[in-house]
Amino acid sequence: MRRWLLLMAMAALPALATADEAALDATQESRYRALTQELRCLVCQNQNIADSNAPLAADLRNQVQAQIVAGRTDAEITRYLTDRYGDFVLYRPPFKAVTLLLWLGPALLVLLALALAWTFSRRSQRVPPAATVDPEQLKKLLDEQP
Amino acid sequence: MIPELGHFALILALGVALVQVLVPAYGLWRRSGRALAVATSAAQTQALLVFTAFGCLTWCFITQDFSVAYVTANSHSELPLVYRFTAVWGAHEGSLLLWVTILAGWTLAVSVFNRRLPADITATALAVLGVVSIGFLLFMLLTSNPFERLFPVPEDGRDLNPLLQDPGMVIHPPMLYMGYVGFSVAFAFAIAALVSGRLDSAWARWTRPWTITAWLFMTLGITLGSWWAYHVLGWGGWWFWDPVENASFMPWLVGTALIHSLAVTEKRGLLKSWTVLLAILAFGLSLLGTFLVRSGVIVSVHAFASDPARGVFILGFLGTVLGAAFLLYAWRAPKLVSEGELRLFSREGLLLINNLFLVVASASVLLGTLYPLVVDALQIGKISVGPPYFNAVFIPLFAPLLMLVGLAIAVPWKRARIGDAVRHLRVPLVATAVAAVTLPLVFQGSASLPVIAGGFLGFWAALTALQEPWRRIRAKTSWRAGLASVPRGTWGMTLAHLGLGVWTLGVVFVSSFSIEKDVRLSPQGSVELRGYEFQFQGVESRPGPNYDSDYGTVLVEREGRTVATLHPEKRLYHATHQMMTQAAVDHTPLRDLYVALGEPLDNGDWALRLYYKPMMRLVWLGGVLMVFGGILAASDRRYRPVRATETAVATQGVVA
Amino acid sequence: MRFLVPVLVLVGLIVLFAVGLHHDPREVPSPLIGKPAPAFRLPLLGEEKLVSEAELKGRPLLVNFFASWCEGCQVEHPVLMKLAQEQQVEIVGMDYKDALPDITRWLQRHGNPYRKIVLDAQGTAGLDWGVYGVPETFVLNAEGVIVYKQIGPMTEDAWREKIAPLLAGARP
Repeated sequence: MRRWLLLMAMAALPALATADEAALDATQESRYRALTQELRCLVCQNQNIADSNAPLAADLRNQVQAQIVAGRTDAEITRYLTDRYGDFVLYRPPFKAVTLLLWLGPALLVLLALALAWTFSRRSQRVPPAATVDPEQLKKLLDEQP
Repeated sequence: MIPELGHFALILALGVALVQVLVPAYGLWRRSGRALAVATSAAQTQALLVFTAFGCLTWCFITQDFSVAYVTANSHSELPLVYRFTAVWGAHEGSLLLWVTILAGWTLAVSVFNRRLPADITATALAVLGVVSIGFLLFMLLTSNPFERLFPVPEDGRDLNPLLQDPGMVIHPPMLYMGYVGFSVAFAFAIAALVSGRLDSAWARWTRPWTITAWLFMTLGITLGSWWAYHVLGWGGWWFWDPVENASFMPWLVGTALIHSLAVTEKRGLLKSWTVLLAILAFGLSLLGTFLVRSGVIVSVHAFASDPARGVFILGFLGTVLGAAFLLYAWRAPKLVSEGELRLFSREGLLLINNLFLVVASASVLLGTLYPLVVDALQIGKISVGPPYFNAVFIPLFAPLLMLVGLAIAVPWKRARIGDAVRHLRVPLVATAVAAVTLPLVFQGSASLPVIAGGFLGFWAALTALQEPWRRIRAKTSWRAGLASVPRGTWGMTLAHLGLGVWTLGVVFVSSFSIEKDVRLSPQGSVELRGYEFQFQGVESRPGPNYDSDYGTVLVEREGRTVATLHPEKRLYHATHQMMTQAAVDHTPLRDLYVALGEPLDNGDWALRLYYKPMMRLVWLGGVLMVFGGILAASDRRYRPVRATETAVATQGVVA
Repeated sequence: MRFLVPVLVLVGLIVLFAVGLHHDPREVPSPLIGKPAPAFRLPLLGEEKLVSEAELKGRPLLVNFFASWCEGCQVEHPVLMKLAQEQQVEIVGMDYKDALPDITRWLQRHGNPYRKIVLDAQGTAGLDWGVYGVPETFVLNAEGVIVYKQIGPMTEDAWREKIAPLLAGARP
């Protein structure tokens, strides 16, 4: 069913020649791989542009490659794409007001969970099987009474 | 005739399911043992009817009855016989029938194996399973009838989705559904415990084998799905964090937590309300997965054909079942008092923390999966949440979990001393550290900090898993007596944790040292990838049973010696005109060599995608080890119900 | 109280899904809305000269990305023809990744609703406009600012309920 949608998408676009192999050096190539794997192909909906056979994905791959060769930074290339397609193209959602809860949620949940475990453990220990009275504490308690 | 028989069997099954719910409910209310006993026979009758319906649909596929709309949509006269069987669950309607069939199977198993349990518990559990069955039968009969006829009868079918024409797909869906649906048994027992108010060690003991069995099927299903994606999709990936994968991963995580909290409830009588909540959640997430896949509410690459009416129905059903369960929980759970204290630094305390990490991991996956939907529903934008997010969130949650695995095994129940734990763990700690540094250096010639840290976690889980049997064996005078003294449950735990460690090592190596190359090759051209020479021999046309194949040949040589001959394919299926890639993989335990055919270019050249993937096999091996661990643990004799009277004090007169 | 948390979470999720069922997750809104039309310099069908985005200013119009190979474009074509015949609005065509003979034949067969047709043979304008699958239609006001984007085929409903009111407000 993965390829199913993709095929439907391809039916709406013509086949296109594959990318011409402009020489990328090793660091450029690793940047190219990292970038194309984090960009979402819009027509195939849930596939990155590196893995997609859709013509639009090929166009976007070519864009990324051309812009890397032209010396643009990753941030500039990402910006270029979000200017046209919005944040939807980014598989790594940008950190901003809308995604605050998304990025901080898991950490908050961990803190909450640990706090719960700690209080639960504390509470279970507060009912001791046999009352052992600490004389110091007893005296203190009695002293506090008016 | 046969399709009508199947349809009729489904309608009858619905009627029997109603009996399976209503009569035991009456029995509980009036304390009538005879009414309770009806649950068992109703469950068995219902199973027979549902199996009949399933048999009818299978028959329609085997005999190629194209007057049935569902058969036409998912079969073709050229379709090989084995795929005619699997075509039964190849699309929405049939896979629902599989769902219901498996549910009937589980219900039947409960009615047979739990005869020794208190009658009210069994009857309540069967009634709950009946409710679930009613929901899905209604769903099928009202919105998705697989037996619908077609007139005029078409000459031929439209064929099964070629993606599903793969050996991996033959068993992946049934295994996964066995897991999904299997959690309904733990759910039913949880509801029975809430209704009866009896939630004790004995309850935990009955529930454990059912939960472990469901979990092991789910583990197997996920592993197979991943293996299939790796071989068929041609991108060399094995996990994509797609919503559908997440839909199976969330209940798996919660199910894993449930297995561990059941252990605490059984051994110490603690965490009762938590355990019950997990049992409800595990099944709730299974239902949620069903909703996500079939409603079209979320963009996923393998979503079923979506239909809002179906979405509304499942949503309503999900809301009713889970709403009722959670309300019952809110009402009854406060009365479940835990016996005794719980210290965080003890086995139960560490298991509790492990539980929290598993649940938070599951919640984070849910958050990431649903967040785009939230943003869209509030109309504040449109975002994507993909693998970079899930990896960033999941790894920090999973690392402490792996550390806890080793620690919890080394620590006794009730109360532990740090000094003892350190003494126990000294040897595994040193061994782990040495292995984590050595392994990447030996096999890859380099070791970065993330690789060492990841390897450390993997080795830690694997090596510490061996402690428990080791300790038991050392305690005896001879090896033989020692081995015999280790209970199956302990072997199960050991294997499953070993599997977790092996899986982790596989993941760390594959993601750190994989090499990928997209190349353009002319026939007889070659390319080198990490010491391996890939020689492209060209592509020839070959006919298949219901497709035409571009059949590539790639020779792989290393130091002048042929290592493998690989045949990556691209298949064009006749009926659907769909193109499918079939990657070719040569594997040893240490590395996979993976070749996928890309596009044909001019002059007989082809685009090829090549991968070198070290230790890829460990990822599957880890899953398989977990499954075997599950089998051993589920079959431990300690979990079989022995005497019903043990806990049946509260309902005298009911026990027959 | 804490035992009620699961129910509350469930209720929240169900509300979310009930809303979600009415949204199409496959539609990606354009970030270009409220911004001036992107720049381009491309040839016109049947003319020698190049045109630019400046041509789009001065009156509200529709910019329709289409192609002869696109099935959705045939679906929407009668709607566009009707709009053109009734002189409801000016439509500029952007012929996306097409070959010249194909498009000429296609227009002969189906009719031509376009005042002008810009040839975007390489799809460069499509990229700058954020087109991800033809047909897509941009609604521009008289200042040449994009005010709306119709994803997928143009329909009578979309015209009547969304686009016509926008244009009514945008007329100079």
